[in-house]
Amino acid sequence: MKLRYLPGVVTLQYDVSKCKGCGRCIEVCPHKVFSLENGRANIVDKDACIECGACMKNCQFGAIKVDAGVGCAAAILASGKKGEVVCGSGGGCC
Amino acid sequence: MSEKDKCSCSYFAANDDIKYRPIPVVGDIATETGNVNVVSAKWSFNDYIGEIKVRLDIDRMNYAVKPGIYAIGKPGSQSPVLVSANYKLSFDILRRELEGLNVWILVIDSKGVNVWCAAGKGTFGTEELVQRIKIAGLEKIVSTKKLIIPQLGAPGISAHMVQKLCGFQVIYGPVRASDIKEYLNAGMKVTPEMRRVYFGVIDRLTVSWLELALAARTAIVGTLFLVGLVIFTTRIPALVELKGEIRLLPVLFLVSILSGTVFNAVLLPYLPGRAFSLKGGVLGLLVCTGIIYTSGQHLAMTTWLSLILMGSGISAFLALNFTGASTYTSLSGVKKEIRYSIPVIVVMVSCGILLEITHIVRRLL
Repeated sequence: MKLRYLPGVVTLQYDVSKCKGCGRCIEVCPHKVFSLENGRANIVDKDACIECGACMKNCQFGAIKVDAGVGCAAAILASGKKGEVVCGSGGGCC
Repeated sequence: MSEKDKCSCSYFAANDDIKYRPIPVVGDIATETGNVNVVSAKWSFNDYIGEIKVRLDIDRMNYAVKPGIYAIGKPGSQSPVLVSANYKLSFDILRRELEGLNVWILVIDSKGVNVWCAAGKGTFGTEELVQRIKIAGLEKIVSTKKLIIPQLGAPGISAHMVQKLCGFQVIYGPVRASDIKEYLNAGMKVTPEMRRVYFGVIDRLTVSWLELALAARTAIVGTLFLVGLVIFTTRIPALVELKGEIRLLPVLFLVSILSGTVFNAVLLPYLPGRAFSLKGGVLGLLVCTGIIYTSGQHLAMTTWLSLILMGSGISAFLALNFTGASTYTSLSGVKKEIRYSIPVIVVMVSCGILLEITHIVRRLL
């Protein structure tokens, strides 16, 4: 059975005009969010995105933007309402 | 020259308090930069014990190996270089899969944290990788100028920046170490299957013990308190009739903790909804109802309600915390889930506690 998380919340943004079709995003994505169509990347499953930021970090053309972070409630609760969510800041998980 | 002599900057000094674990060295290979330790691909008894301990959160943040370059088999200047985190379990799982191969392993300093988590934090990152390549003198050891990085290291590594900064080409290998042999034998071809992250029942069960271990202190303190409450209240004549339901409290408390951690993890795909807290809450409701029903106690409606509100609230909260151990949740998603679920959980547990206290106090008056 396939596990899916909440739909319609992901911050992933992609500018197709900057894409050169190198395929790096497809390579690094652990959830098959992108596919290569007609020499350019294409978002095929946006809701599967976990905002890990691997695609953005490895796109040398700056075509991808995402508010990357960890989908971890313990980290979010420990970092409080304001400020950046950093794991390991409390609770002592990872 | 030791690593510290070469680099005395604070970046490395921060790691002084981690005591590195021994690595099973079986020989040496002479290279231009000095002797490189050859490590065994086999696990010793201690390696197995070590894995069990860290899975149960025993000394987990202090389970690291020394960063640097290591060899498996008899690698040469054309052999592949695999990059690993310095969490000992990551290193062990990698070397276990390399039996019979001739490869280099470049262990980078991820502060004793696994590849994916460290990549998310940036400690398994471009800067450390480039630094480590220079310290190890990798360009003198291999002529290929290629690095195989676990795919889950990609959130921390910028492949084009690595190439720009030190000339090494980053190749993202498979997600799982168990696919590496097949990958190398196929001439570094990654199948789409090797690129996907899964969260099967074995994975879920494996990581759920850690959730239970993290909740253990609260569980022990809470249970002792509730057992104390049982002993205390059963001595009060006015509460004799409530003996049965008060005895249920420590049992339901422990069961709710198991429900929100291990049971929820195993049953995750079969529980309703997408939010973890909803799944955990429903499971807590079912499990607590089952326990109360089989206990044979005849309880008032409000008591039922009170016990179930507390139990499913605890289960829902622990299940929410499991988002961090899962492989498919996003920051935005979890933020949204927290916004909706935390107020509901707080109200559930508070109402449950207030109902139960009211029930006991009324008997005393």
